[in-house]
Amino acid sequence: MLTEIPHSLWLYFTFFLLLLIDGLWCMLATYNLLRMLIGLEILMKSVTFILIVAGYLSGRMALAQAMVITVIVIEVVVVVVAAGIILGIFRKTDTLSVRGTRNLKG
Amino acid sequence: MTVVTLVLVLMVLAALWASMSTLLLRATIALALSSAMLSVVMFSLGATLAAVIELSVCAGLISVVFVSVISLTQRRPFKEIVVRWRSRLTRFWPLPVVMLAVGIGLSFVHTPVQIALPLPGPDGDVREVMWNLRQLDLFGQILILLAGVFGVMVLFKREEKHVD
Repeated sequence: MLTEIPHSLWLYFTFFLLLLIDGLWCMLATYNLLRMLIGLEILMKSVTFILIVAGYLSGRMALAQAMVITVIVIEVVVVVVAAGIILGIFRKTDTLSVRGTRNLKG
Repeated sequence: MTVVTLVLVLMVLAALWASMSTLLLRATIALALSSAMLSVVMFSLGATLAAVIELSVCAGLISVVFVSVISLTQRRPFKEIVVRWRSRLTRFWPLPVVMLAVGIGLSFVHTPVQIALPLPGPDGDVREVMWNLRQLDLFGQILILLAGVFGVMVLFKREEKHVD
């Protein structure tokens, strides 16, 4: 069944797109590993936001919340493990730059 | 302009500050601010439980993780950070321009968009959905958490010294 999106919800899609652009740019335009992680966080935020909007639009907010909670748990684990890896790279190369990882072998 | 629109604008501005900030610590604070704004939006849309978890976990726990990593890795003097920022600015200055252009462009779009929505059904309580309908999701979450714990344990494992 095709339904026309209400104009008020167009606003939410606009802000979702803005967050998506911000996160992608932050990840692609930097060489700092921590900034890349911050970009990933912004991307995850945009995904969380659009999931809630989808739940609001379809009238199934309980299901959307359950999915968002799952996404948040995954987000936390990804950030903690990535932070550990970044710390390990820093101890090995003494830099947070991606260029430092070029010397990693094996 | 409604309150929700204002909060959405603040959320995007905080995210922009997080990606363009000179210091990583300020970027972390901006990220936490963006999470707090997102939780307000969630609350206004009726997702109260997800809003509370977003606020406590994403704005709280993840910020603590970021601050810990920054305190363990930042050794450069402030002057060097500013010099690096100037060279980085060439890559980041188009970002606010692009975001502003996309935002203004989309605000003038009035094309009706049609999407396929599921048939309306009983929504139920979020606790009921999580514990009764999405049990496999919970099982997956537990596995992911365990994987994360083991991952961190492996990352920070110290080598044992063998004494002959």
